Amino acid sequence: MAVKNVRRSNLTRSIKGVVVYAFCVTTILIGLISLAALLFDTFQDGLPWLSLRFLTNFWSRHPEEAGIVAALAGSIWIIGLTAAFSFPLGVSAALYLEEYASKNWFTSFIRLNIANLAGVPSIVYGILGLGLFVEALALGRSLMAGALTMTLLILPTIIIASQEAIRSVPRAYREGAYALGATPWQVTRGVVLPQAFPGILTGTILALSRAIGEAAPLIVISGLVYVRFVPTGPLDSFTVMPLQIFNWVTLPQPEFRGLAAAGITVLLAVLLSMNSIAIYIRNRYQKRAR
Amino acid sequence: MKSKSRAKAKKTTRKIKEKIIERLLFASATVSVITTLAILGVLLFEAIGFFRQVSIIEFFTGTKWTPLIQPQHFGVIPLIWGTILVTTIALGVAAPVGLGSAIFLSEYAPDKLRRIVKPVLELLAGVPTVVYGYFALTFITPFLKQNVFLEMIVFNALSAGLVMGIMIIPMISSLSEDAMLAVPQSFREGAYALGARKHEVALRVVIPSALSGIVASFILAISRAIGETMIVSIAGGSTARLTLNPLESIQTMTAYIAQISLGEAPFGSLEYRTIFSVGLTLFLMTLAVNLFGQWVAKRYWKRY
Repeated sequence: MAVKNVRRSNLTRSIKGVVVYAFCVTTILIGLISLAALLFDTFQDGLPWLSLRFLTNFWSRHPEEAGIVAALAGSIWIIGLTAAFSFPLGVSAALYLEEYASKNWFTSFIRLNIANLAGVPSIVYGILGLGLFVEALALGRSLMAGALTMTLLILPTIIIASQEAIRSVPRAYREGAYALGATPWQVTRGVVLPQAFPGILTGTILALSRAIGEAAPLIVISGLVYVRFVPTGPLDSFTVMPLQIFNWVTLPQPEFRGLAAAGITVLLAVLLSMNSIAIYIRNRYQKRAR
Repeated sequence: MKSKSRAKAKKTTRKIKEKIIERLLFASATVSVITTLAILGVLLFEAIGFFRQVSIIEFFTGTKWTPLIQPQHFGVIPLIWGTILVTTIALGVAAPVGLGSAIFLSEYAPDKLRRIVKPVLELLAGVPTVVYGYFALTFITPFLKQNVFLEMIVFNALSAGLVMGIMIIPMISSLSEDAMLAVPQSFREGAYALGARKHEVALRVVIPSALSGIVASFILAISRAIGETMIVSIAGGSTARLTLNPLESIQTMTAYIAQISLGEAPFGSLEYRTIFSVGLTLFLMTLAVNLFGQWVAKRYWKRY
């Protein structure tokens, strides 16, 4: 009797084990298949629309003449300016927090603050940019206002990634430099920064690649504009690739959906190459450091 | 004598330089504090202007949101409801899928497979949200309309919620897996020594031990879903409505802000000002969720 019960419970346990395993495999397949479906759906719709003309033409109400050049140029401007603002600012903040800050309430307040800023929805940054840069600083709906908004958006990400890179530099390196009589800044500049640099750079590029796909804050900053020129200065009005894609998606004619998919293909290509550069730089510097 | 004083001067300039650099780095670190103050300042300043014209009680308790049509009603509850509905659907997808994936990666998958599958799954987090919106509108909605819900409206809460669920899968799976990997191997070995099977170890030892990390990952995912804009703008519709039916068109707080920003209300008008009062509501909601998440992570954090 007892043996029978044990056998039965062994059987149910085996069945349960199979069920749990099957569930876990199914869930991971759902994620992977969704990714494949998303990429396949986009490429299938977009590739027929992808051409040199698409990359060099401006916005047009005739789908077969419409192109993405203004949005592509706008994205490059935004990313360039954002990188120029956010990289020095983010790295400096991380250096202060890791190398200089003493343990007091203000330091821990800054840390808590950065963690919370990372969780603020991106469209709220757009509202901040609208009130602060577009209106109060009178920058208008310009590239400058957009880039400053993006800078504030990705700053927490850059700071957190840089902090991790700086923290991974062994303590002994710093102590060795101090023992030779180096000042705090000499230690930071000559020892910590070079060691942490690949990690900082990788984190920054990944943060920038998030910014390049971000549409919500720039909707608030630039509104719906039909830009038919390549911006030549930081105070020009602009559009970016995600905004142009959004614009095409919301138009009812099916041809514009094709254009949206082609735009997505270009956007994903840009993202992929940025990520490849990040990986390349990291590997190169890591070899050198050795 | 001369060289001595020169050395001294050099030392003082170096000291001054050090002090300046430290101040500069400190100033960079305070930018984050200034950002928070600026967010609060902008939102509160403009929202107070709005609440001079619309009663704050009507705003937070009203159940009709029609700022763009007469008669105007400014009750934010339908927008909050739209956000909650879409977030619930998203979590309904992402919680089981993310948790199952995390168990698979940390307990079942051989190391080689894990190293390939994990980064591929994390690609989902790097896809721009406008792409998810496109996917919801051009793939998920037509698929559901043809095969499951024939009477479904093109812009609906279900498609937006499902796709948002896909978007937040990696957030749950990666963070939960990290929490599971932090559970000491000796816990598992102890259970095996008592005769436990693999699934029993996973469900009764690993998950309870990693629970704080798992719950924190859910909360982070919820916060991300509340603040997501593009998917709901593209696929969720623009009708603020108190409905339990996910096949209907709805509007979230974020989608409303985007709609007004796209120029549907004249600059500076009362309708235009609503983006700040809705923005303030959105900001406070995500802040509350984030602080709760940090509290959970800290309160139940175990160091093994």
